[in-house]
Amino acid sequence: MPSNATSIESPPDGSGMPSGSASAVVNRTPWQILWLKLERNRVAMAAMWLLVLLYALAVFADFISPYSYDAQDAKRSFHPPHLLGRIHVVDEQGNWGRPFVYGSKLANVYDKEYSEDRSAKYPIRLLAEGSEYRLLWFIPMKTHLFGVDEPARLYLFGGDQFGRDILSRILYGGRISLSVGIVGIAISTSIGMLVGGIAGYFGGAVDFGLMRLVELILALPSLYLILVLRQSFGANMSSTQLYLIIILILSFIGWASIARVIRGMVLSIKEQEYVIAAQALGFSRMWIVLRHILPNTLSFVIVTATLSVPFYILGEVALSFLGVGVQEPEASWGNMLQAAQNLRYLTDYSWILTPGVFIFLAVMAWNVFGDGLRDAADPRTER
Amino acid sequence: MKTFLLRRFLAIVPLILAVTFITQVLLIASPGDYFSTLSESPSMTPERLEFLRAKYHLDTENVFIRYWYWLSGVLTGDFGYSFKYQTSVWSLIGDRILNTLLLAVGALLISWGLAIPLGILSAVKKDSIVDRLAGGLSFVGLSIPSVFFSLLMVLFAAKTGLFPVGGLHDQVYWDFMTPWQKFVDVIWHLFLPATVLGTIGMAQYMRQMRAEMIETLSQDYIRTAKAKGLSLRTVLFRHALGNAINPLITLFGFSFAYLLSGAFITEFVFAWPGMGRLTVDALIIKDEPLVMASIVMVTVMLVAGNLLADILLAAVDPRIRLE
Amino acid sequence: MSAEAAAGRPLLSIRDLRTYFHTSDGIARSVDGVSFDIFPGETLAVVGESGCGKSVTAFTIMGLVPVPPGRVEGGEILLGDRDLLKLPESAMRDVRGNDISMVFQEPMTSLNPILTIGRQISEAILRHKDVTKVEARRLSIEMLSRVGIPSPERRADEYPHQLSGGMKQRAMIAMALVCRPRLLIADEPTTALDVTIQSQILDLLNDLREEFEMSVLLITHDLGVVAEVADRVIVMYAGKVVESAGVVDLFERPGHPYTRALFRSLPSLEHRGEALQVIPGNVPNPLDFPSGCRFRTRCPIARPECATTDPQLIEAAPRHLVACPFSSDGGDAQ
Repeated sequence: MPSNATSIESPPDGSGMPSGSASAVVNRTPWQILWLKLERNRVAMAAMWLLVLLYALAVFADFISPYSYDAQDAKRSFHPPHLLGRIHVVDEQGNWGRPFVYGSKLANVYDKEYSEDRSAKYPIRLLAEGSEYRLLWFIPMKTHLFGVDEPARLYLFGGDQFGRDILSRILYGGRISLSVGIVGIAISTSIGMLVGGIAGYFGGAVDFGLMRLVELILALPSLYLILVLRQSFGANMSSTQLYLIIILILSFIGWASIARVIRGMVLSIKEQEYVIAAQALGFSRMWIVLRHILPNTLSFVIVTATLSVPFYILGEVALSFLGVGVQEPEASWGNMLQAAQNLRYLTDYSWILTPGVFIFLAVMAWNVFGDGLRDAADPRTER
Repeated sequence: MKTFLLRRFLAIVPLILAVTFITQVLLIASPGDYFSTLSESPSMTPERLEFLRAKYHLDTENVFIRYWYWLSGVLTGDFGYSFKYQTSVWSLIGDRILNTLLLAVGALLISWGLAIPLGILSAVKKDSIVDRLAGGLSFVGLSIPSVFFSLLMVLFAAKTGLFPVGGLHDQVYWDFMTPWQKFVDVIWHLFLPATVLGTIGMAQYMRQMRAEMIETLSQDYIRTAKAKGLSLRTVLFRHALGNAINPLITLFGFSFAYLLSGAFITEFVFAWPGMGRLTVDALIIKDEPLVMASIVMVTVMLVAGNLLADILLAAVDPRIRLE
Repeated sequence: MSAEAAAGRPLLSIRDLRTYFHTSDGIARSVDGVSFDIFPGETLAVVGESGCGKSVTAFTIMGLVPVPPGRVEGGEILLGDRDLLKLPESAMRDVRGNDISMVFQEPMTSLNPILTIGRQISEAILRHKDVTKVEARRLSIEMLSRVGIPSPERRADEYPHQLSGGMKQRAMIAMALVCRPRLLIADEPTTALDVTIQSQILDLLNDLREEFEMSVLLITHDLGVVAEVADRVIVMYAGKVVESAGVVDLFERPGHPYTRALFRSLPSLEHRGEALQVIPGNVPNPLDFPSGCRFRTRCPIARPECATTDPQLIEAAPRHLVACPFSSDGGDAQ
């Protein structure tokens, strides 16, 4: 008896449901299908746009932030956030106008209480002149997205102990904290794919040796290993060196898990007909690995890479928070939280935790986006 | 079972040798040693410095010689003396290990205790509001950085006064407490750091539990169980749970490793006197014997966690034999 | 059905049963107005291609259709005086495994891998009968021995992975029959097994049916199996019953063009050397069945009026119902 494609056998698990609109088969590339599925996932799309926004803020940090990350003001240590009720739209006469702030006076030196000095108003200006910088590391400019006139200073998210603007430092810090994820994942994924591909394809002693190394790295508690590695580089280094070292260390840990999974996939793929056919045609092994096997692992790799970006972001945060990562006066989301280890700072000037909100948002967005990508790449999900 | 345990114990040895050797290499690779910082003190003469370095075998850059000195000590049961504290590293590490274990177990209880019921509930009520809510919360739990979460909890404790802001126990009244009061006091101090540490794991295990449970509930044998007229509760707990939980038991082993690493930050923020803080400090001042002993202990705890997971797995799944 | 009524009161009566699946692509009318009776002590075979609704019918009787996406839209399933569709879930649980049991297609995956065979059988007894655990175990071992499992005491303590496929299916049968149900539903019980094991299992089912005086509802796509064990046959196509007859009657005088096509697609001794015929076209999509007679798109004797009128089951011969008004027109001549 002929069995047929539209089977509704074994209905109780719901998986044998009629596949339905079989007529609507249009030839699409796997990437188009992936994108179509992803587009329908509204939460994942929201996460993607949030990421675009965060990364754009970091790239244009010097234009968007009113001040430089290291612009101190000793007289305005722990200035409270203007966003908490210190931006006015109605003046003393009750007239509505453009938003403005008052200057601040240090009312209590010990508790760092600031009162508003109502003698002068400082309107918040769009495209205000400020310190010099190079837009996109290239075009010299002095215009910032917004600002107030001297001698007032704008602290939308408040100021830190040196009177630096936390918003500006968050934007600059995003350059480090967010790029660590992208660069780190690029390095570790390349290493992981190469090592996993080689181990899986060549097998034998090569495979054995590489896999023991992978197991060793995975067997260690990562933060301990990261710290030991970090210490082996010594303490006195420029910020660029430190940045590179952090990425290198995190990538050194990160490649192992990718390599292991890629090896497993290669082992199964290399038995498939098209690889055997390529062998029969006399292509070299390396060519087969690079040209035929690794591209087949790509959708998996992209999903894994996306989902492991948070590891790098959080790794940088942890190192900088523990004081062995990015050093002052350079800003990173991790070292900005260091001040909060002081209980008095934490309780009295809680706005210094704001960078934590940004870490959370970035990590959350990567997780949600990666999850959506995984669902979209999974051929079993219909929608 | 016996041979299995024996084999596993023997497998730990090369792992620890590899880990400690790598640590030794990295320690030598880093510039300076413990006595470099002391050399700036005026009371320290170059001769005395020379003497100290020779005494602790820091006068050679040869990894193998240095490592052999350490290893030969360990083989006779001597892990050495901490440079900084001038006492045997065991006296320093013993309490710290217990404290870290306490924190890890607390976090484990919180994360698994919540993850399993929530995961089952989400799977059974798949696509309901409860499921969606739990799913959203799990993303929050998964994404909240432990640095940030710990600081938020300290802030919460400081503002409300409901919990202590840090430490293992009360500093002032500890000596006057009855054993029961001491126990309650430690639990009270443990609650916030364990919650922070447990949350990230919880989110992950909950999602995993949900996925495994949904997968299991679609299996043929669940249909068979229903066809016998068994109640939903029996089907869920006798037939589904045992099967669904297998992959999580492997995770359980890894979760221990994760907790040891994750505990680092939490211990730091909550001033919890555990291994993490001790190791960071030892690393920064290059207190070599202390660093080496810490690494050994952490590795052992990790392997023990994985071993425990293997044994549990064999206990739950009759298809797995430990040989 | 007056003639059948003479054979006594039916054990189970299905009346105009409709089970639909509500999918994102539309409503699949998997079972759409099915009626039949099962009489005490008989083996009734339900035959049809994959997707004809035979398994969904069985799951509906057991109350195991997943909701959602499935939903029983209407009809009655009468077990004695009780309509199973109107029973609350708790009462239905008392029926399942007790009055009606089921054996599934895949013995490999239908047993729980982490519970012993003995435990899985005895939990059915403990659920439905007032016995002690020791007694339940004794009954389980007795039942294992009855279904032909050697050294049942030892096997009871073993796990499913330690048993072969045929042994697993025997254990499944033991589990289904341990509470002495009045009706056993066997859903393709031999499909997943080796050919040599298949007939052993069928023989076993036949023996047990006589011994336990139960009825068997056998779901299959295999007409060979039907010929071997069935008393009566129901042929289903696209969610509807198209023919119902005694097994000899059906094999000798198939009435519906679909049934005839099924027989022509089988190898047989009479027509040795002739090419087997396949049924042209595909099983229709349950989301979008043809109007009127659902077989008309593949029917060799289809007429224009088949598209507009829904054919009813008519008595073509005594105890032989056919849902085709033109069946006597000799479609076989094709």
